Order: sequence, then C-alpha cells, then structure tokens
Amino acid sequence: MTTGTGTVITYREAMKQAIREALASDPRVFVMGEDVGKYGGCYAVTKGLLDEFGEERIRDTPLSESAFVGAGVGAAVAGMRPIVEIMTVNFSLLAADQIVNSAATLSHMSGGQFHVPLVIRMATGAGRQLAAQHSHSLECWYAHVPGLRVVEPATIDDARGVLRPALACPDPVLIFEPNSLYNMEGELTGAAATADLSTARVRREGKDVTLVTYGASLWRCMAAAEQLAAGGVEAEVVDLRSLRPLDDATILASVRRTRRVVIVDEGWRTGGLAAEVAMRVVEQGFYDLDAPIGRVCSEEVPIPYPKHLEDAALPSVERIVTAVRRTMGDAE
Amino acid sequence: MLSEFRMPALGADMEEGTVVQWNVAPGDTVKRGQVVAVVETDKGAIDVEIFEDGVVREIVVQPGTKVAVGTVLARLEAAASAGAAAPASVVHEDARSSVAASRPSAVNPEASAEALEATAPPVRAKVSPAARVRARELGVDVATLTGTGPGGAITVEDVEKAGVTPRRELPGGMRDAIAAAMSRSKREIPHYYLSLATDVTVASDWLVARNASVPVDERVIFAALLIKAVALACRELEGFSGFYREGRFEESPSVHVGVAVALRGGGLVAPAIMDAADKALPALMEDFRQLVMRARAGRLRASELAAPTIILTSLGDSAVDAVFPIIQPPQVAIVGAGAVGMRPWVVDGQVVPRQVISLSLGADHRVTDGRLGAQFLARIASKLAAPETL
Repeated sequence: MTTGTGTVITYREAMKQAIREALASDPRVFVMGEDVGKYGGCYAVTKGLLDEFGEERIRDTPLSESAFVGAGVGAAVAGMRPIVEIMTVNFSLLAADQIVNSAATLSHMSGGQFHVPLVIRMATGAGRQLAAQHSHSLECWYAHVPGLRVVEPATIDDARGVLRPALACPDPVLIFEPNSLYNMEGELTGAAATADLSTARVRREGKDVTLVTYGASLWRCMAAAEQLAAGGVEAEVVDLRSLRPLDDATILASVRRTRRVVIVDEGWRTGGLAAEVAMRVVEQGFYDLDAPIGRVCSEEVPIPYPKHLEDAALPSVERIVTAVRRTMGDAE
Repeated sequence: MLSEFRMPALGADMEEGTVVQWNVAPGDTVKRGQVVAVVETDKGAIDVEIFEDGVVREIVVQPGTKVAVGTVLARLEAAASAGAAAPASVVHEDARSSVAASRPSAVNPEASAEALEATAPPVRAKVSPAARVRARELGVDVATLTGTGPGGAITVEDVEKAGVTPRRELPGGMRDAIAAAMSRSKREIPHYYLSLATDVTVASDWLVARNASVPVDERVIFAALLIKAVALACRELEGFSGFYREGRFEESPSVHVGVAVALRGGGLVAPAIMDAADKALPALMEDFRQLVMRARAGRLRASELAAPTIILTSLGDSAVDAVFPIIQPPQVAIVGAGAVGMRPWVVDGQVVPRQVISLSLGADHRVTDGRLGAQFLARIASKLAAPETL
C-alpha cells in the first residue's frame, strides 16, 4: 500500500526491514536474543527472519541476559557485528554488568586497541498494560554512561534508518524501541537515510514555546501542539532522537527562538533526562529564558497495571498542554 | 552672578530642538555633567548635560517649545556665588526618583527604619532573564512595568511594549537629517577612496583565546579592536582626525572615534567613544556596549553625538566584503570595515585559509592625499597584527 512518495508501513516492519538489510549486506551481522528465532521476537520484530537467514544468524538464547549480552560483547570484540535483542529495558538490568562494565569500557581500558561494535535493541516504555516489570523507561540510566551511545527512534523513518549508523559505529549502541509504537503506521520517506546517532530534529516549528521530548512522548507532544495551536500558541517540538550524546545545539537554537521550554519525558522526574536537558538549557541559555522551565514526566510510582492508573501515571496530552499554558503565564 | 544655559548644537546640522522634559527645577543644585533636560532633535531624544556647577534660578523655555540653537533655556547661579544659597536648596524629585518611591521601600535610601521592617523581607521583582537583557538593551526600567508572565513575571513582551515610547527616534526626521548631511558631504567634500584587504587571523585567534578566559560580560568583540586600532593610527598620522571648517583643517587634540550604529527602526547614528586612543580595551568595550544600547534606546548624550573626530562604520555582521563610506562633515575621514571571513591567502608561497578583513577609507582630498591615506590604512592593519598592544 502506498500514498504520496513513500510506502506506509508499521514501526515494527521498519525495524525488521533494517535488520533484514543489515543481515543481507554484511555477513558479520547476526541476531541473538530470547525468542528471536522460532517465536519471531516477543514484539514480532524478527518474525520470519529465521526462515530467511537460518539458525546460524538468528540465534535463540537461554533466558540469561547476562550470558547472551556478554556473548554479544565478545563477538563484537572478535570482529562480528551482533544485534542483541533484550525483551524490555527492565530485563536489561540483568545484563547491566556486561553493558556498563564491559561493553562501555573495553575501548577505553584497552587504549583503543579493542572496539565493541555491538548493537543492543530493547523495548521501552508503558501504555500496553504490561505492568511495572515490563513498562519502565530507564533510558537515562544508560545515557549516564560514557562509552555508550543511546538512541530512541520515534518515527518510521528513524526506526528504518538508525540501525545502519548503529552497526557502523565502533562503540556499543543501545537502540530503545517504545513498545507502544510498534503498531504505529506511517510513511517511509527518504529521510530514513539521514538517521544518525547524534542529532535531534525539529518535528514541528513554532515560535512560542519549545517542547523537548523523545520516544513515544513525541506523538503526545505533537497532539498537544495541535491543541495549543487552536488556542493561538505555537509550540515547536524537538525530538531528541539521541539521548547520548544530547544535541545541545538544536535544543538551544530552538529555545533561543521561543524563549520558553517544557521537557516531556516518560522517565521519572527525579534525576531524569528532563533534568539533564533543563540544566543544559540553563547553563547555555539562561539569558534567553522568559519563563521557568517546565517538566512533564511519569508520576513517581512503578507503572500501574490498570488502564486508568497507567494512563494517569504517564505524560498525557492534557498535562503537556497545562504545563505549556503555565509557562506562557496563563492563569490556571 | 547668573550664567546662561543655552540650546546646544547636537550635531553639525542641527538648527533647532524641542525641550521635551526638564529634570531640574528652580532651586535645584546641579553638577557639571549632570543630565538636566531632554531635547528632541532629528536624531532622537537626547539627554543634555550641563557644563558647570551651580543652582538653577530660572527655567526660561518650557517643555514642548521648539527653539533655535543658542537660545537661552535656563539661568543658573554659578557655584562660587551660590555657596550661601545651596544648602537651603531642595533636592527635586525628578521622574526617576518618584518611580523609586513607589517601589518597595527596601530600595529607597530615604525610607525610615519602620518602613523597612514593615515591608521585610524584600520581594525581588520577578523579571525573566531574557526580559532583563532586553530591558537593558532598550533602556527600560523594569520597576515601572507590570508583568504578564508566570506568577506576574515581566517577560520580553512586556519590556518591548514599554520600550516603544515617544522617546524613540523619529525615523522620518532622522532620514531627513541623514539626507542633509550626506548630500552636503557629497556636494562639498572631494572624496578619495582606498581599500586594503588584510590578514587578521592573529587578532581573531588572540580574541578567541582572550575571551575564553574571561566571564561573558568581559568579552571583547572584534569591532572594539578596530576602534582602538583606528584611534591609535589617528594619533600617529595627522590629517584624519579633526574638522574642516571655513577653508582649513584643524587636527583634533583628542581622538574621539564615532561608531556608526544602525537603529532598529531604520536610520543610524554615530556617537563617539571619547578618547578612544587612551582607553584600555575592556574600558573601551564597556563604553561601546553602553553606547550601542543607549543609541538603540534613543538615549544618547549631546556630547557623544557632536564629538566624533573620525567615524568607523563596520558592516561586519552582514556578508559584504567592503564598505565605501561617506564622510560626515565637518570630519575629514571615515574608516569602513567589511566582514571578517575565511579567504585563500598566500603565506610563504603557500595558499592557506586565513581570516581576512577588508578595511577601507573615505578621506577628504582637500586635507590628505592617497599616499598618506594608504599609510593610514596600513597603520591600522599593523595595529591589528599586534592585538596584544591594543
């Protein structure tokens, strides 16, 4: 099915196409993880690839994150280009030692003699009633760690495009995939080819306030911007895309235009990415600010299971609109 | 003995001016250099200073009256003879101090101890960082504003609304003033023009290194180096800094470099940085910053507008290579500067990228010739080549 210039596909399909392209074009690439083969991946991203590429290259692993991520680190050091899938960011904590103590450090500790060209994909975020152990957004824990690259594609194009630069990168790259976006459909355009590991993008231009966000929250911000426009407030929406490194230049350029900023982050507020972005704005743009910086984050609870409570815990369009209005000086 | 305070000539072409406001009243003690009145001219509202100490005895011209240059505006008793009367004089509450009185009393030095206690703790006005910066640029006193931002904070928009007052320049009048001065210049002054492209990589690198080690408000921009270089060159070569009047040139004993400042509403003014050759770079930069800010707020002083002995016009923030500037009479020279940019440049037989600027000179052929003009430009270039000496 096509409209306009590009094909309409899902986020899931975009990721799958990227993995398929990588497998077909580079014999060093292989996929490894829990249920990635016969079952087709817990979010069905790798479904069908086992038949296409065989067991050598689509490898089901035992239920041990520490073991298969560690194997990925070793394979990468030995010259392979592994794509390791971890079911959710919550489970990545079992492999945190391999990611933080091995993958992120080897290049530094070997004085650059070894690189770890490893790609780890994992689902993140809430919105599908998967409860507290499968719904958290812990991206900022990894974004804290030097030696890692952390990206979170939020659009079809970025989902399709980001794997190629990730595999080409000599350092370990963590790709976070918001599980609530897997079924999102959208047009695949030439922009996929421009995906990279370091720049943010302005997804909507506006002159009154900047919304800085990433991941699934991008679409809540876009909806909020639409509502705000009806009320005469033009919001600019910046999609971070890369959480480490952060693209300060794009963020600051936008803040200088709008002089107001609200950061929307599905992670928790305390010690989160929103705080980091806000601090950078203050450090580099204090004299451009016309209002206190606003934050919309998840409520500080383990993400609840019941639908109404889960919704209440997440940054909603309504909460974003309210935060923007407060920043604009409108009485509540 | 009474002395007379007259309508000053605020620039070569001014013939008359309107008193907009008196900051003093009869009985007030005034000090030399004090701004006593605001006069509206084609170049905007200008603060007029008084040049002697004394006590105001009589205001002759009331606000709103347009009078010719030289007209007596007020009479005052000179300080020596006013000695006995001065202590009895009342310090007049001018517009600014009455604003201060309406603020929380913590900022009013006259407030009594009880009043201080009654208002404690002092409330810091909510003004956004961006609004503070803008207010300084426009010369707006934020204490007079009501905020519309979060929690009643003053925003950029509030400042900009307040910044548009009758005190701003009158674009129509200014256009006429520029037209008159430039027509006279082209009619009377036989200009010759020279230009010199020069490598300023050393100066830009020096500036970057210097600025990296100081706080933001102590940073110096390239234009300040240019001002200083022009001033020093004027001191070393005669014939560029001074006035041509009644058929002869007079070299000015001090070098006051006028800096052309484009105004947001259109038009431009060229107020002087006084004694630019004698000022250390940080002081010169601070003067420059203040001058630009006040020029844009339409709050220049009379002495600054009439003083330039030479003008520097820089189009460094646009993309042009060079400026061919027109002299402002009765001056005899004007220096132009284009944008600093990377250019292929030959150094020791190799083409290398260097930071290059095109300096130009418009000079009066009645006073100097091209040969001297060329030396003058070369002198400016050599000053820029040794930025640490500026």
